[in-house]
Amino acid sequence: MSDLKYTDATPDSDEREAVDYLVSDPPVRRESERWVISGLGRTRDTRHLLLPGLHQLQNVKGWISPGGLNYLAETLQIPAAEAYGVASFYDLFQLEEPEDGPLHHVCVDPVCANRGSGSYIEELRSEGHRVHESPCLGQCERPPASFVQMTGAENQDLTSTTSVDPQFFSGATSRLLRRFRTNAPTRLESYKEQGGYEALKSAIELGGTRVIEMLLDSGLTGRGGAAFPTGVKWQSVANHQSAPKYVVANADESEPGTFKDRMILENDPFALIEAMTIAGISTGCEKGWIYIRGEYTTAADRLARAIAQAYSAQLLGEAIAGSSASFDLEIRQGAGAYICGEETSLFNSIEGFRGEPRSKPPYPTDIGLFGQPTIVNNPETFLNVLEILNYGVDHYRSAGTPDSPGTKLFCLSGDIARPGLYEADFGITLRELLSNAGGVDGVLQTVLLGGAAGCFVSPQQLDVPLTFEDTKSHDLTLGSGAVMVFSTEVSVRDVLSRLAQFFRDESCGQCVPCRIGTVRQHEVLLQIGDSKADVENVALLEDIATVMTDASICGLGQTAASAVRSALTLGLLDESRP
Amino acid sequence: MSELQPTEIAISINGTTVSVDAGTTILEAARSAGVEIPTLCWASNLTPVNACRLCVVEMEGSRNLVPACSRECEQGSIIHTESERVALNRKMILEFLDTTNDLSESTELQEFIVRYEADSSRYTEPSQMKDATKIEDDLFVRAYDRCVLCYKCVEACGDDAQFTFAISMAGRGFDTRVSTEFDTPLPESACVYCGNCVGVCPTNALQFKKEFDLRQAAQWEPERQKTTETICSYCGVGCTLELHTQDNEIYKVTSPADHSVTAGHLCVKGRFGWQYVQPPTRRPSSPDMSS
Ligand SMILES: Cc1cc2nc3c(=O)[nH]c(=O)nc-3n(C[C@H](O)[C@H](O)[C@H](O)COP(=O)(O)O)c2cc1C
Ligand code: SF4
Ligand code: SF4
Ligand code: FES
Repeated sequence: MSDLKYTDATPDSDEREAVDYLVSDPPVRRESERWVISGLGRTRDTRHLLLPGLHQLQNVKGWISPGGLNYLAETLQIPAAEAYGVASFYDLFQLEEPEDGPLHHVCVDPVCANRGSGSYIEELRSEGHRVHESPCLGQCERPPASFVQMTGAENQDLTSTTSVDPQFFSGATSRLLRRFRTNAPTRLESYKEQGGYEALKSAIELGGTRVIEMLLDSGLTGRGGAAFPTGVKWQSVANHQSAPKYVVANADESEPGTFKDRMILENDPFALIEAMTIAGISTGCEKGWIYIRGEYTTAADRLARAIAQAYSAQLLGEAIAGSSASFDLEIRQGAGAYICGEETSLFNSIEGFRGEPRSKPPYPTDIGLFGQPTIVNNPETFLNVLEILNYGVDHYRSAGTPDSPGTKLFCLSGDIARPGLYEADFGITLRELLSNAGGVDGVLQTVLLGGAAGCFVSPQQLDVPLTFEDTKSHDLTLGSGAVMVFSTEVSVRDVLSRLAQFFRDESCGQCVPCRIGTVRQHEVLLQIGDSKADVENVALLEDIATVMTDASICGLGQTAASAVRSALTLGLLDESRP
Repeated sequence: MSELQPTEIAISINGTTVSVDAGTTILEAARSAGVEIPTLCWASNLTPVNACRLCVVEMEGSRNLVPACSRECEQGSIIHTESERVALNRKMILEFLDTTNDLSESTELQEFIVRYEADSSRYTEPSQMKDATKIEDDLFVRAYDRCVLCYKCVEACGDDAQFTFAISMAGRGFDTRVSTEFDTPLPESACVYCGNCVGVCPTNALQFKKEFDLRQAAQWEPERQKTTETICSYCGVGCTLELHTQDNEIYKVTSPADHSVTAGHLCVKGRFGWQYVQPPTRRPSSPDMSS
């Protein structure tokens, strides 16, 4: 391959030092292989350091300069244009020199917009601060949410700057949240006192085949949105003899209205580490990656401290817990891109490519991270594995319904008395869930169930049991477990156009139906404005929805019209706004 | 993944049974049966990126439509390439492109727009790609207001042909653009002026400066143009060149995509050397022709 050519721009000493440090002290393993759709790849041992390197440059100077980018790209032997293509994909990287001072990202998505983000932004601006109007920051229980991006210092989320206790509530059965109240999240001893690492011990005794059988018998399905059977996923990776194989925790959590994974990582980080270790030794994966959204600074910090302790206690690394198995774990931080929660886009992001989804098939269990067989699960899914191993399949199935066994985490936000994280048995109705949270604040207009990619639910539908099968038969979806409550004080039109804006901003741009469809959908909604949606506009929205749903590459485009469609079905745009 | 055994499989396309080797794409199978499927981002000499979705077809049992250009046939698949649902999807994709880009210089897309009855008048003040044309040298121009983001030029510059990686997709969503790092002008970038990007561009977003100048001067006269094949004399490889001329003046040089040596791709000498063969009206300034 020919030599790469760079422009004359050079780094300053801070940038040089940041990049040198990254390469001299690289994370645990150093492998990376380009896997593109073609498979015609260049091996780049260090390409996966691109994303951490961009974070470093952004943090030392407050932006990524041409000299800094050149130096990083040349060090990692990546073409400059490709490195720029990656940097410009993410919201948290600035490519023009900004004014001094921290950058305040303030959420303007529906819940925060209705709860004071507008006036908070005005206040910040009037004090001379720089503000970026951000999509949902995953802190919906404490609006308005913000995240402060610093130069030369640690970034700050609300957990690090406020002293409010985490808001979580368990009903009759407390399972996934059982350690939240009493845990000292970053102390291994505290985790062990509460039964931590018993599940790993059982898994080692039982062996992988039996662990996977238990998962299959438990009926556990993925909590990241697609509800795919977890045991089937693990089984198919275990069946691959090729090495290496990987386990990935998808903690990118950027679905508007969702904050459960942040709460898990902040309050029970060892649980995720233990469950991923179990996945690794049960399926023959030697390495795990945790991809955590860039704005979750407290969660990433606690997780890093927990991982360090697990290594010291030989619960990670070689010869784990006295067995012959080894398992390594590494964290990667996203940089502001909802699409990187899509599993194949997440792989590209870790590998140092643009976070564009790959075409499926092939599926991650066959060709995943670095082109190898890979298990990807959501943190909530992983926590369920501990329950199954610690308390058995029968106990696990004693909650929920036969088709949706166990419990589910729900993120309640908006016009509700006690917003927060709720654990409930599958089968609870929306009405019960809302009443557990102290009831609606005002008169209920509608609930957005499942996040931006979810559907609106009318007050007449509150008795639908919250299970995979019942929501499906009512054309609804549990999605990520987001429950956004809107009273009659809220303009559904504003909510809708904000959701449409979200998809327009977050589309990766790869395929035509979504890249342009999300823009046209937003434009038609803005055009309808406050008036009654006329026949032509409704027909156009329908056609746009059809092509996005039918022809898009990935789930983002395929669900970008789902809330709009449900709003039209419920007649939410039938009357003009007075 | 294990190597696929080359076995025959049978699929049904629009009611006709077609048998093909395993690993054949739906597009290849359809073409072998004489069924035409429109494509935009696909090319025989590039890796499929399946980004435009113009080639989507209905596959029974699949919730979504599937891209014919890259989806491999499966035993027993039942494919419909021109159902009402397929036609609606293609119409929408063409409306999206037509409301976003200047497609006037792509005759093929103009034909598809007519065939699928795309109606851009349904959209009120749609956002468009309005980029100004980049004229940075005497060899080719980049008019990204015509760019449909098909990835072809990026692939040709990268690991499908040239391995230079001067350009990449940059930005995200509707703001995605083909770009050098920090939008550095091409002469200062890694570009080696092989022109392979120009050779693969389906919309004339990338076009030879000579052609651009003729069009600008309203002297573009397709009736006075012809194509002559010759062998490049710069080195011993023997690439086939197609010289495109108007009134005996060369305005562009290409190579056939199915040519066994070039696969359609050339180097700077074959592609632009003619500017020395002919008395140049303007000298190429920046690119280094000595290598
Ligand atoms: C646009 C988009 C965003 C997604 N974001 C997430 C996410 O933040 N977290 C997550 O676990 N899954 C997310 N998913 C789903 C993942 O692709 C994948 O199905 C999931 O991580 C699998 O884990 P599970 O089987 O445990 O649910 C997203 C999917 C799409 C299409
Ligand atoms: S559907 Fe949207 S997000 Fe997904 S690949 Fe296409 S453009 Fe990207
Ligand atoms: S410039 Fe041409 S080849 Fe390149 S992406 Fe745009 S349309 Fe495709
Ligand atoms: S030709 Fe198949 S997606 Fe573009």
